[in-house]
Amino acid sequence: MRLSTLRRHARESLKSLGRNGWMTFASISAVTVTLLLVGVFLVIMFNMNHFANKIENDVEIRVYIDLTATDKDKQALKAQIEGISEVKDVQYSSKEQELQNLIKSFGEEGSSFRLFEQDNPLSDVYIVKAAKPTDTMKVAKKIETFKFAHKVRYGKGQVEKLFKTLRIARNVGLGLIVGLLFTAMFLISNTIKITIFARRREIEIMRLVGATNGFIRWPFFLEGLWLGVIGAIVPISLILFVYYNIYAFLKPKLTVPFLQLLPFNPFMWEISFVLLMLGACIGVWGSMMSVRKFLKV
Amino acid sequence: MIEMKDVYKTYPNGVIALNGISVRIKQGEFVYVVGPSGAGKSTFIKMMYREEKPTSGSIVINGVNLAKLKDSRVPLLRRHIGVVFQDFKLLPKLTVYENVAFALEVIEESPKVIKKKVMEVLDLVGLKNKARFYPNELSGGEQQRVSIARSIVNSPKIVIADEPTGNLDPENSWGIMELFEQINDRGTTIVMATHNREIVNTMKKRVIAIESGKIVRDEARGEYGYEA
Repeated sequence: MRLSTLRRHARESLKSLGRNGWMTFASISAVTVTLLLVGVFLVIMFNMNHFANKIENDVEIRVYIDLTATDKDKQALKAQIEGISEVKDVQYSSKEQELQNLIKSFGEEGSSFRLFEQDNPLSDVYIVKAAKPTDTMKVAKKIETFKFAHKVRYGKGQVEKLFKTLRIARNVGLGLIVGLLFTAMFLISNTIKITIFARRREIEIMRLVGATNGFIRWPFFLEGLWLGVIGAIVPISLILFVYYNIYAFLKPKLTVPFLQLLPFNPFMWEISFVLLMLGACIGVWGSMMSVRKFLKV
Repeated sequence: MIEMKDVYKTYPNGVIALNGISVRIKQGEFVYVVGPSGAGKSTFIKMMYREEKPTSGSIVINGVNLAKLKDSRVPLLRRHIGVVFQDFKLLPKLTVYENVAFALEVIEESPKVIKKKVMEVLDLVGLKNKARFYPNELSGGEQQRVSIARSIVNSPKIVIADEPTGNLDPENSWGIMELFEQINDRGTTIVMATHNREIVNTMKKRVIAIESGKIVRDEARGEYGYEA
């Protein structure tokens, strides 16, 4: 395509945006609202996934060793556990260490547990990690059958519940997003339809003098693109700004290891890119939908 | 060269517009198409620039069969055919110059060539000094001249006109007819649907009369033949 032609298309598309001021405004607003919601949802969803992964990786099996087990028995048990193919890692933690951990986790009040230092009622423990978090239950079941494995504990139920909740939230959100995207596309497609209607004489003449459909389509393609891209500016800036501040505010307060926000960079640039692309796509798609009907020979 | 063979056209609503038309129009001919309203004149004309497709039969223009022409090739066909209408079909927000240049812009001609061709053709239709005017600042006759200028700016071999004088007073009509004659003298085929009895009878040309979708008369130097 000639440069002068491309310039002409760009000029025509911008003129058309101005001529249909209110519809342009409505479409851009629709894109803005849609992308804002989509963006917020994406940010929440990615962070939830991030938590979930962290928690998932934190899932461990605690094998309480029978008090009567000798050192040799412990070695045998360890070997047995390591023999399970899904097991990644086995750590030994003596009952003295366990007590220290307990005292530490209670902070100030933990000191009352110091009484037990003389006569420790806790068991020695093997901390087992499965290679895949989802295999945790299977591994735990196997270990239960081993001799000297007095008790086997893992976050049974809770982890599954968390994942289930996350999954439901994700599906509901996705449904919402799809609905919103369609609304925005519909609005854009209507704007372009009005644009086309205003220019139907021009199109008629274009076709009479031998303009190709591709040529006729270009300005509308660009118009849709502008609507989508302009509509993406506000949500992107807003999300960047708000996330930046939330991140800066919460970062020092979130000390629990698995409860961490995704760092601003590169996460926010990825989100911005996704939103921009989404805006462009719904804009172009919406406009192409209405042009297609019009260009049937 | 335009050649129609056994062309039938039935519209989706069941109306039979053309009922077996066969005709040959040689390059450089000047042809009037006459007949009562609703006889099929417009459909006949529309077939030639592939606004309508025949239900059966063939239309060959310069070796291309329009009945089999793919939609995507239609724009290329139209670059070799000029079309003029009763209502001029000018864009009101563009000047005379821009209206004519529009036909070249949309086929991506270079700006330099556009300028040269547009000025040439405006000179031919006698509107060189009104290039910067807008259509609503011109008389009907002048507007039709602009639309004719646009139709021939591409140097087409064929110009098709659907009642080009229908909206004009007699004086302007004669001016337009002279212009068509001039274009015809340069070797361009002209096919013109018209209701203008006086013109047909005075400027003797080939006359094709269509009634009920059939050619009922085809004379080399014919008369209009209907009551005005």
